[in-house]
Amino acid sequence: MSDQPPVASRESRAQVRQMLLIGAVASAVGIALALLIDWFPVPASEQAGPIDTLWDVLLIASVPVFVLVETIVLYCAIKFRMKPGEELKDGPPIHGNTKLEIIWTAIPAILLVALCTYAYVVLTDIEKAEANSMQVRVVGEQFTWTFYYRGENGDEIASPQLYLPANTPVNFTVQSKDVIHDFWVPSFRMKIDAVPGIDTHVRVTTTGRIDEYPVVCAELCGLGHSTMRQSAHVMSREDFDAKLEELANPPEQGGGGGGGGGETDGKTLFTDAAQPTACGSCHTLADAGTTGTTGPDLDDVLGDLSEEQIRQSIVDPNAEITPGFQPNLMPRYGDSLSEEQVDALVQYLMEVKGG
Amino acid sequence: MTRLRAPGLLRGGVFFVIGVLFCAALVLVIRAAYGFPSFEGGLTGKAQNAILLVSLLGAPLFFLVGIGAFDYWFYYMAGRPTRPEDHSGHGAYSWKDYFRVNTDHKVIGIQYVVTSFFFMLLGGLLAMIVRAELAAPGMQFVDSNAYNGLFSVHASLMIFLFIIPVFAGLANYVLPLMIGAPDMAFPRLNALSFWMLPVGGIMMAASFFAPGGSFATGWTAYAPLSTDVPIGQMFFTIGVQFAGASSIATALNFLVTIVTMRAPGMSFWRMPLLVWANFSTSLLVVIATPFIAASQFFVLLDYALDFNFFHPASDGDVLMYQHVFWFYSHPAVYIMMLPGFGIISEVISVKARKPIFGYRMMAFSLLAIVLLGFTVWAHHMFVSGMQTWIRIPMMVTTAIIAVPTGIKIFSWLATLWRGVLHLDTPMLFALGFLTMFTLGGISGVMLAMVPLTIHVSDTYFIVAHIHYVLYGGSLFTIFAGVYYWFPKMTGRMFDERLGKMHFWLTFVGFNLTFGPMHLIGVQGMPRRVADYPDQFAGWNLFISLSSFLLGVASLIFVYNMVASWRAGPRAEANPWRALTLEWQVSSPPPVFNFDRVPLVVGGPYEYGVPGAQHGIFQSPAEARPKQPAGTAEGEAET
Repeated sequence: MSDQPPVASRESRAQVRQMLLIGAVASAVGIALALLIDWFPVPASEQAGPIDTLWDVLLIASVPVFVLVETIVLYCAIKFRMKPGEELKDGPPIHGNTKLEIIWTAIPAILLVALCTYAYVVLTDIEKAEANSMQVRVVGEQFTWTFYYRGENGDEIASPQLYLPANTPVNFTVQSKDVIHDFWVPSFRMKIDAVPGIDTHVRVTTTGRIDEYPVVCAELCGLGHSTMRQSAHVMSREDFDAKLEELANPPEQGGGGGGGGGETDGKTLFTDAAQPTACGSCHTLADAGTTGTTGPDLDDVLGDLSEEQIRQSIVDPNAEITPGFQPNLMPRYGDSLSEEQVDALVQYLMEVKGG
Repeated sequence: MTRLRAPGLLRGGVFFVIGVLFCAALVLVIRAAYGFPSFEGGLTGKAQNAILLVSLLGAPLFFLVGIGAFDYWFYYMAGRPTRPEDHSGHGAYSWKDYFRVNTDHKVIGIQYVVTSFFFMLLGGLLAMIVRAELAAPGMQFVDSNAYNGLFSVHASLMIFLFIIPVFAGLANYVLPLMIGAPDMAFPRLNALSFWMLPVGGIMMAASFFAPGGSFATGWTAYAPLSTDVPIGQMFFTIGVQFAGASSIATALNFLVTIVTMRAPGMSFWRMPLLVWANFSTSLLVVIATPFIAASQFFVLLDYALDFNFFHPASDGDVLMYQHVFWFYSHPAVYIMMLPGFGIISEVISVKARKPIFGYRMMAFSLLAIVLLGFTVWAHHMFVSGMQTWIRIPMMVTTAIIAVPTGIKIFSWLATLWRGVLHLDTPMLFALGFLTMFTLGGISGVMLAMVPLTIHVSDTYFIVAHIHYVLYGGSLFTIFAGVYYWFPKMTGRMFDERLGKMHFWLTFVGFNLTFGPMHLIGVQGMPRRVADYPDQFAGWNLFISLSSFLLGVASLIFVYNMVASWRAGPRAEANPWRALTLEWQVSSPPPVFNFDRVPLVVGGPYEYGVPGAQHGIFQSPAEARPKQPAGTAEGEAET
């Protein structure tokens, strides 16, 4: 710009100063607003802290960049817009400025490398292996998660919901039976794909916050993808041990154990999202008040089915597929439900059909 | 009968039917040879699917032969005397000329642009249905199969049938003009490239009529989900092959055209940045697109012939699909962005009446993006379960790619500085692009940071990011480009008032639609869900209502384009007072572009330089001796 007459140059410098001032004020306001927004779900893991802080740092670094661009565009649009009589006027023929170009190459590069370094530190922090981690195996299938714990005698204990003790490091081994799923608890901030054929791992350390959080499938896995939601219950160590005990010795004959009475009630099995079945998340049934559309509408198809066919549809759904639906959508509940639970469901559905 | 035998859509249709019959016969014969039953009281389901699948592959080829895309080459291959080129397939003299194989790059350019906008409206309509369904929790209008199909076809059409080809179309029209060439290097290949496009598009759109519904696995079609679904998936798998082949052929055509057909004096450093941008994009396409073709052929073989590439029970490798897929699909993001960078450089320089700031760095940064673009693909796979160490180098390269992008943004800003800004519709879209693309770039840098991506990958934050990049980025540049070259392409002026209304409605509607998606994504709403928890109900309703505003804005655009093309005021040759060569010929340009061969004597953006010239025109007599023999075919005959 050395070929500019000095007057224009002085004027230009004043304009730059004026714009920088506007930009600085706007950036400060922008950062304040960005930080005020309540972005994240409730934090429930030790990993949440560093990630949320990283987000704040990224916001603080990003807002001024955006404000800078926005300010220059608006300033130019207002200050340098063509005024009447300038229809044939051209701007000054500035072809470049090596010093400026070096600056706007170097500064972003330095900023980005610094951010990457910081992100790397956060990553090693949130992924570091803790001693004495609890092991939980998570298995995804269309369209449900099952969680497996190691019992005292070495047996695996299966659970339809995720139960975790507070203040405990957990190492999840994630697997899939069919297609790719993604195990995500937004409150933990951590997720990992469940990939058929390989084991993937994710570590989470729970905090002392006792509550219930959604478990979400984040990878498109087919028709029932959006219904593949369960719950993570973070509980005190005592409650957790009791829960594990209850899961290890399910009150099979009914009546035994806390809340056991509901275990064999067909309607509860059908509707309650805390049950491994939760039929209603995929099937519509007026009597149960469910509206799922992934599977056949039971109000339509139930009338044509015998008791034996209903039982078969639960135990081995692929044996006969309702026209218009794909095979392999519904898990084989014969593998995961007890005889009594199947009986209860069949009995309930027969009652609905009859009534 | 002669109409049936002459090349054209009619013969194409007949050949298409013959193709389907041929494929059916082929399948039945092969099934019989293997002893598979094909008839059990009618055609069996498996035989039906096989015939459909083979027809998807074969019948379009018959159609392309039928419309005459191969006629000249067949004569040549068969050793028969080739017909002397009489230019009968060149140029458009009535609207019917747009519906046949035409070798004029300007006709092909318009064919491309109109076809891709057709698919844009279709894809947009699908998005409207998606938003209607998402306006409230629960399922209201469609079931989850249809829903998954809607967003899958929406994304596939927008990417493969709109953004990529509309850029190819705009460049097809203006690039030969800009470098002073009479046409593209391979006009017949150019025509073939175009006609493969509607084949791919109609196939994808028609998937809704397939038994079992359309493909519903997203535009990413991750295996093994995509290898175990109804036949609709194959409409994507094979449709992409046609769109991809079209893309590769066009890119080769651009490369050869740019390298060999520049006017005398048009050195690389005198090329307009749009030409640089398409040069870079074509490099990307030629190198990367074969990878998506490969990934989809793997799926096809898995699906149809049980090759087990992706079935772990048979030693398949599930993650391999993602690596091959993203090795194309990340560079594809730049395939969808670099031509837009070129358009913005043209518009901003002309509308700010200033030379592009740092022209050489603008060109170098394009090449830097091409190179870096191949080193970042695994950032789509941070939570895929791949080897963990790859994440770190991919994080660094992903962040670094923001540097050449930043250079471009800052150079455009410096170009605006102290210019004389003509704030008309193309310029408004260019400025809108600058701000919106910056936002998309910023969320891109955020997404490079692995710890954050672990939380937000596969959420609405990603949906917001890609729409800020591809809508606020690519689509704004497309609008800028279409308005900018509309006078050149149609010979008419568009309605400036409607154009401005289109811009403001789009700008506001776009931000109201996609801005809140950042928030609900971070809050925990996964993408690609037909239903969502009640906690997101408020924002989703807001987003849906805003998206309808965006839909209305597009209708204004369509009305403006159609009405102005039919009855707009006549455009001058150079309404923007631009220096680049396409504006030095009439609007629309003569059939063979230049009655006089241009001689390029200076840079393309010398606004404000007293007495500066980019191209001067010679008489044919002066220019002819410089042309080597054999190129006379497309040369100007005055």
